Amino acid sequence: MNFDLTEEQQMVRKLMRDFAEGEVAPGADERDRTKTFPVEIFEKMAKLNLMGLPFPEEYGGGGGDSISFAIAVEELSRVCASVGITYSAHVSLGCAPFYLFGTEEQKQEYLVPLCQGKSLGAFGLTEPQAGSDAGGTRTHAVREGDEWVINGSKCFITNASYAKFVALTTVTGRKEDGSPEITALIAPTDAEGFQVLDSYVKMGLHSSNTTELVLENVRVPADHVLGKIGEGFKQFLITLDGGRIGIGAMALGIAQGAYESALRYARERVQFGRSISKFQVIQHKLADMAMQIELARNMVYKAAWLKDQGRKFTKEASMAKLYASETAMRVCDQAVQIHGGYGYMHDYKVERFFRDAKLTEIGEGTSEIQRMVIAREIGC
Amino acid sequence: MNILVCLKQTFDTEERITIEDGQISDDGVEFVINPYDEYAVEEAIRLRDEHGGEVTVITVGPDRAEQALRTAMAMGADKGIIVDDEDLEDADEYSIAKVLAAVIDDLEYDIILGGYMAVDDGSAQVGPRLAELLEIPHISTITKLTVDGDKVEVEKDVEGDTETIESKLPILVTAQQGLNEPRYPSLPGIMKAKKKPLEQLDIDDLDLDEDELEGKTKVLETFLPPEKEAGKILEGELEDQVKELVGLLRNEAKVI
Ligand SMILES: Cc1cc2nc3c(=O)[nH]c(=O)nc-3n(C[C@H](O)[C@H](O)[C@H](O)COP(=O)(O)OP(=O)(O)OC[C@H]3O[C@@H](n4cnc5c(N)ncnc54)[C@H](O)[C@@H]3O)c2cc1C
Repeated sequence: MNFDLTEEQQMVRKLMRDFAEGEVAPGADERDRTKTFPVEIFEKMAKLNLMGLPFPEEYGGGGGDSISFAIAVEELSRVCASVGITYSAHVSLGCAPFYLFGTEEQKQEYLVPLCQGKSLGAFGLTEPQAGSDAGGTRTHAVREGDEWVINGSKCFITNASYAKFVALTTVTGRKEDGSPEITALIAPTDAEGFQVLDSYVKMGLHSSNTTELVLENVRVPADHVLGKIGEGFKQFLITLDGGRIGIGAMALGIAQGAYESALRYARERVQFGRSISKFQVIQHKLADMAMQIELARNMVYKAAWLKDQGRKFTKEASMAKLYASETAMRVCDQAVQIHGGYGYMHDYKVERFFRDAKLTEIGEGTSEIQRMVIAREIGC
Repeated sequence: MNILVCLKQTFDTEERITIEDGQISDDGVEFVINPYDEYAVEEAIRLRDEHGGEVTVITVGPDRAEQALRTAMAMGADKGIIVDDEDLEDADEYSIAKVLAAVIDDLEYDIILGGYMAVDDGSAQVGPRLAELLEIPHISTITKLTVDGDKVEVEKDVEGDTETIESKLPILVTAQQGLNEPRYPSLPGIMKAKKKPLEQLDIDDLDLDEDELEGKTKVLETFLPPEKEAGKILEGELEDQVKELVGLLRNEAKVI
């Protein structure tokens, strides 16, 4: 057994730490307040070839592994979770389906520009009536000649305002047993009848892009099927397995950032004539935070490691995402508490972390759904 | 153009220093390329990109220092040389300069770059010492470098003004903050770094007499600076405050 990162992984950590501190942290509060999407950060990341980090170089990727990807998301989220989720969704929801299920031509046409950062990646699964029950998709596509005609809507879709195309789950018919046949179609966002609405007022992740997609008679050529007809359901289950490593890493980074801030503050803040870090109650809070973060990190990296080994990682990714997200919530809660009234104020950052953390218990499968996945995996 | 960069791996500047058994402990510490050496690496890569040639990064240090060379290679340096410092006892700037000179004697070079000092020992000696041993000119703390043919022009800050100096290749220059903005290593750079050639040398491999390498200085004691105490804010009428301040400076701080 070996808990050390490889030389490359260590260098990715250092790069991402420096990049996050140098390019992402400055302005993060301001972007949160003004709800500004940081396009320039992703342009800089594209220059460093980070937008396709875990994909092969032949597709414009960086040739990195899943552990390096998790480290990248973690380090970005440690200073700005909005950048963290944007990047995580781009890679694991945007790029991965093309890499995993696309034909060679589709990889060239879609994966390559995604890896080069020419478009952000987005994946349209959730609908107003189909969230946890993502198989309940109502968006449907009908074959007319050599085109698909898509109608329906998607909600809460990350990155779509900055995506040139999205992969969407649609119902394309009925299977023999009467269940819906779900197929992922690729739709250019500038297609006629395709609207991307960016009008949600969110609790947090203010400088990330969350959109509603409305499709009215959107026509795409017949070959815009991602992979095979009828495989959409299976595809998104696989995609979400990988995505959970990303959200787990995001939660981990948020927790780490909030913890570091709380530790620093506890050392500096003096009450009753002593640094509050000398009070055992505060010490125990910080000890618990440190422990839970360490455990979350081990789990996230383990899930990523299994993925890199080509092994099954569904259960571990689910555990990592669940544990890390609940850790992020607990840690942020206590980080605000340690900051007292200042923690409630924007300038001290932990309130932003607290708001941002909540999404990690919801996106890519709620905590309740993760427990269902784990229960199924352990044979309940 | 053959460009050599001498660099040192140092503590990350954010690390808290702890002392154990009279020595600075490096337990669990993050190491980085000495920040001034990073400017040197960046400048070397830019020179190479402009004039062609090769950048070789050289360090004397323990195994872990290889990581610093790999990072420089991830930024764009072409190859590296690490000299294991295990056999170096009581080494100081004198010893390190000697070792570097022995390595470089066997190499072809047009220009040698380094940071003007290492942030750990802060002595700013290795660069100038090395140049003396190699019998080439050197200019320290440069903030701008232009090479044209064998003509070298540098700028450096002097008391708020800028001094311009002309010289010729071969030369050794040391970098001051402001020389450039070091790049982030790109991901492909990181992936390729491991495949670039890295030569590992021991002191035995060099044309050196080990006895000659013992440092010229001795560390007598290592200690942390006294902890900063909380400041004092004076209150009351301005006139009283001034009186109190003068009293405190005289009697408590004993500086006047
Ligand atoms: C900021 C943000 C970004 C997002 N990005 C994307 C994206 O890029 N692409 C995308 O497709 N989706 C995205 N989503 C959607 C997200 O994945 C869904 O919100 C999530 O899966 C939950 O679905 P829902 O909101 O419909 O909640 P519901 O499914 O309605 O759940 C409501 C509650 O019921 C619980 N529940 C549901 N079913 C069960 C059950 N069987 N047993 C027990 N409890 C249950 C849930 O856990 C939850 O607590 C995003 C959401 C947000 C907020």
